[in-house]
Amino acid sequence: MALDQSFVGRSYPPTEPYEVGREKIREFAEAVGDANPAYTDPEAAKALGHPDVIAPPTFVFTITFKAAGQVAQDPQLGLDYSRVVHGDQKFVYRRPVRAGDRLTVTSTIEAIKSLAGNDILDIRGEVHDEAGEHVVTAWTKLVSRAAEGA
Amino acid sequence: MTAKISYDDVEVGTELPARTFGVTRATLVQYAGASGDFNPIHWNEKFAKEVGLPDVIAHGMFTMAEAVRVVTDWTGDPGAVVEYGVRFTKPVVVPNDDQGATIEVSGKVAAKLDDNTVRVDLVAMSAGQKVLGMSRAVVRLA
Repeated sequence: MALDQSFVGRSYPPTEPYEVGREKIREFAEAVGDANPAYTDPEAAKALGHPDVIAPPTFVFTITFKAAGQVAQDPQLGLDYSRVVHGDQKFVYRRPVRAGDRLTVTSTIEAIKSLAGNDILDIRGEVHDEAGEHVVTAWTKLVSRAAEGA
Repeated sequence: MTAKISYDDVEVGTELPARTFGVTRATLVQYAGASGDFNPIHWNEKFAKEVGLPDVIAHGMFTMAEAVRVVTDWTGDPGAVVEYGVRFTKPVVVPNDDQGATIEVSGKVAAKLDDNTVRVDLVAMSAGQKVLGMSRAVVRLA
């Protein structure tokens, strides 16, 4: 059944602050095999003009994905989360995420579409730091695939 | 933010150094731990096949992370990326052997924009198939 269009535009309360640690950034950079010293060496990061080590561009998804999950699993919305795949992902950065950031995510449902039985949900996550400054916006498209025979 | 590449030195069509990235089951376990995405389609062959996949597949976000390295290695400063988006068109299938899969990424400057920024269009291939669509990054150059 198509999802309720009245959820379009709905925003969810900001998430609890996530504190970005140097070791977590290092762990992520190692997992993607990226040896750029800006991720692990504060002096190298400072030489590039950053106050501390920065995170790889896609690191922030580990934070926004959880926030988007809260939306997608809202029982009132009724999306079949077990059939969800990731369709598109986009980030627009005001500045890179860096060690010491305490980040909150405010998620908003931007669009709901139904195509060939698939439910398609566009979620915008606005990421702010402790001072309330905007850091990055993440757009996540989730597709809940139609059940076979539906 | 200090990119190594100067805006004046690039033109539309400038090619970035292409890269090939390997991904094995061990890589996926490591990425699952670092990212917190423990979806079993990325480590459990039985589960992956039950939901209709040919085998375990890489996290789309892992592929997205590898593809942008062509841009960040080129600019030197990963903080120079101002925009990055992809569409997940095909999964990267990762067999359970020592070789795993490879992701081949190429990129070229598609447009010169305002404020010393350029748009780089990326192509990511695995097993002869395009695994990312509309893969674009906007990056600020020196």
